[in-house]
Amino acid sequence: MNVNLSAEEQAFRDEVRKFFAEKYPDDIREKQDKGIPLAREDIIRWQKILYEQGWFAPNWPEEYGGTGWSAIQKYLFAVEMSAANAPTIVPFGVAMVGPIIYTYGSEEQKKRFLPDILASNVWWCQGYSEPGSGSDLASLKTKAERDGDYYIVNGTKTWTTFAHQADWIFCLVRTQSDVARRQDGISFLLIDMSTPGVTVKPIITIEGDREVNEVHFENVRVPVENLVGEEGKGWSYGKVLLQHERTNGVGVARSRYRLNRLKEKAAQSIHGAQPLIDDNNFARKIAATEIELQALEYTYLRTLAAVAIGKAPGPESSILKIKGTEVQQALDALFVEAAGYYALPYVPEQYAIDFPDDEHVGHGDETKSSLQYFNNRKATIYAGSNEIQRNIIAKHVLGL
Amino acid sequence: MDFSISEEQSMLADSVSKFIDNDYDFERRQKIAESGDGYSKDFWRVYAELGWTAIPFAEEDGGLGGGPVELMLMMEQFGRGLVVEPYLANIVLAGGALRRAASKEQKAEWLAPLIEGNLQAGLSFAEPQSRFNIADIKTTAKQNGKGFLLSGSKTCVLNGGDAELLIIPARTSGKPTDEDGITLFAVAADSAGIERRRFPTVDAHQAAEIRLNDVKADATAVLGEIGKGFSTLQAVIDEATLAVCAEALGIMRTMHDKTVEYSKQRVQFGVPIGSFQALQHRMVDCLMACEQSQSLMMWAVMVNEVDSPEAQRAISAMKYQVGTAGIYVAREAVQIHGGMGVTWELDISHYFKRMTAIDLLFGNADYHLDRYVRLSRQRGVNDE
Repeated sequence: MNVNLSAEEQAFRDEVRKFFAEKYPDDIREKQDKGIPLAREDIIRWQKILYEQGWFAPNWPEEYGGTGWSAIQKYLFAVEMSAANAPTIVPFGVAMVGPIIYTYGSEEQKKRFLPDILASNVWWCQGYSEPGSGSDLASLKTKAERDGDYYIVNGTKTWTTFAHQADWIFCLVRTQSDVARRQDGISFLLIDMSTPGVTVKPIITIEGDREVNEVHFENVRVPVENLVGEEGKGWSYGKVLLQHERTNGVGVARSRYRLNRLKEKAAQSIHGAQPLIDDNNFARKIAATEIELQALEYTYLRTLAAVAIGKAPGPESSILKIKGTEVQQALDALFVEAAGYYALPYVPEQYAIDFPDDEHVGHGDETKSSLQYFNNRKATIYAGSNEIQRNIIAKHVLGL
Repeated sequence: MDFSISEEQSMLADSVSKFIDNDYDFERRQKIAESGDGYSKDFWRVYAELGWTAIPFAEEDGGLGGGPVELMLMMEQFGRGLVVEPYLANIVLAGGALRRAASKEQKAEWLAPLIEGNLQAGLSFAEPQSRFNIADIKTTAKQNGKGFLLSGSKTCVLNGGDAELLIIPARTSGKPTDEDGITLFAVAADSAGIERRRFPTVDAHQAAEIRLNDVKADATAVLGEIGKGFSTLQAVIDEATLAVCAEALGIMRTMHDKTVEYSKQRVQFGVPIGSFQALQHRMVDCLMACEQSQSLMMWAVMVNEVDSPEAQRAISAMKYQVGTAGIYVAREAVQIHGGMGVTWELDISHYFKRMTAIDLLFGNADYHLDRYVRLSRQRGVNDE
């Protein structure tokens, strides 16, 4: 056992650090640091810079454009990316549908879709949940009926993040109803969002933003060549995907970055107040969260090390999802507590690049703390609620 | 960065694990615990023959040169087997002080027989008023010619009733709670003026209350420098804390495994109780507590292997984890075992008691969270 980075690992970290110092655009960094939402173009521009460096898909096999990095290297990369406060990669293409396509897709599908995912030319969204199918995902009703070389898709998907900005959607759809197990007869289908019959309606969430949507399909004609893998086997592909989603969604490096910012903030005198860190109650809350995060970081690294020797992320990824989101939410709450009264002003419009400084309410982005806190209540609900994760662990790890 | 253990380390873990499986089942453990000695002298000889008592000592002192990893691997197994032999008191506490502070002559006199399994020893780290503050020492050592006279009270001295050698921190100068002015003494337990009240503890270990009434200690009894014993004492207690954390990890895992197994067997309302979601989610939370604790343990051990500036903070983090997550798992295990969980007959209650004792030893969760905060303040935000 050795906690120290090897010389190679240190050199790698230095290389990554240098890249972020030199190539991460100042204007995007400024927006990130001030809490100004990024435009779609900002994100694509940044993702293309990563792509040109060859670093956009560290988790992909090398033959499809991965980096061939070790588990530790991948983690060091994530840590440096967070330390630079670079935006989180939009996961739907590179982290979610990409692995499904290169694992289960045809050669033609790989050629057609993977390059555009790597280059961020195509923006994906995910069509899993439905109004009547949340935790009970296998009850989904969106239907795809065969009509010659097409499927005719009818139904509604919901909670679809970025559907209003996406070019394509990957969906779980029902291709057969008279099945013994409800998980059978579900297929994995790729749908062009510009196909006639697809409509997107906004859902405004608790913090007041439009991030998610409802997507309606009315007699949408989808070519059969957009079916991934075998008809009726989509559930098992989707399950693998969810495990990727859970492992990726743990956000350890990002949480580490946020914790360090919180500690910096707490050590300062803001608005002429006593530094919060002098309050032992607050200091103890930070400490307890830091210890939980430290444990999570090692649980995550242990999982990566296991994956590196050939094990797929299995049901244990559920542990990462539960703990990762719990730590995120603990941090969200601590930022609100740190802001005090300044968590109350609802002035999202001031987070714009041309907003006049003298009208800005609060110090830095502290009035955003509550909006982040509200927004991220979703974390313990999405990707299979944390209760569903507990069901998965109970069944597949504990054998109950 | 590397999470794997070496082949030698893996062999050590296997050898302790096999001993627990083959020779230390719960029935045997109870017989040993309830015997007059409170531990097995035969097994203590076995531990010495297998080299376990030599693990943490330098090769030039007759040891095997093991470090935190070896200690963790062994203590985890001791936790699983609820081992009552005084390994912590002899090897980690008394041996830890001798290893760090004893002269060559003192090592020949005390450490060699300790490693061979021929000497019982203890270290007094607590006084009636001190709670978890090891610098809170009222016991005095007054100059008496070339030697000293020790007076005061020590509480909960592990293995204190059976020890032939006592390592006693006493104050040669300064106020109670000062770190300066603490001196470590190695004193024969049968010295005139030592009164001992031996008792078993709730977790079936052995301890003693000790009164020191003008106990004579020669200059040759001083371990290390006069007045500078605190840093040694601190290092010993830190290592002992890490050791009991590893033991607690073994206990947590065992309690959790036994609970899951029990919930599959125990039938109520016509079904195994493990089929109830209310219990399933709690057992999942226990599993996560075990995994997170395992992770912190690895961090703590890895930073202590290299003496990183985070070493102490990691130990406090882990002890806090044991006092929260460990106690949580222990309580859930008893609860899910129902009435059986609170019987003397079933091992679960004995694991529960050892976990309770470990939480208190060397500072509970509250104490260590405060220490973690204090140590964090001494370091900057972005030092790591």
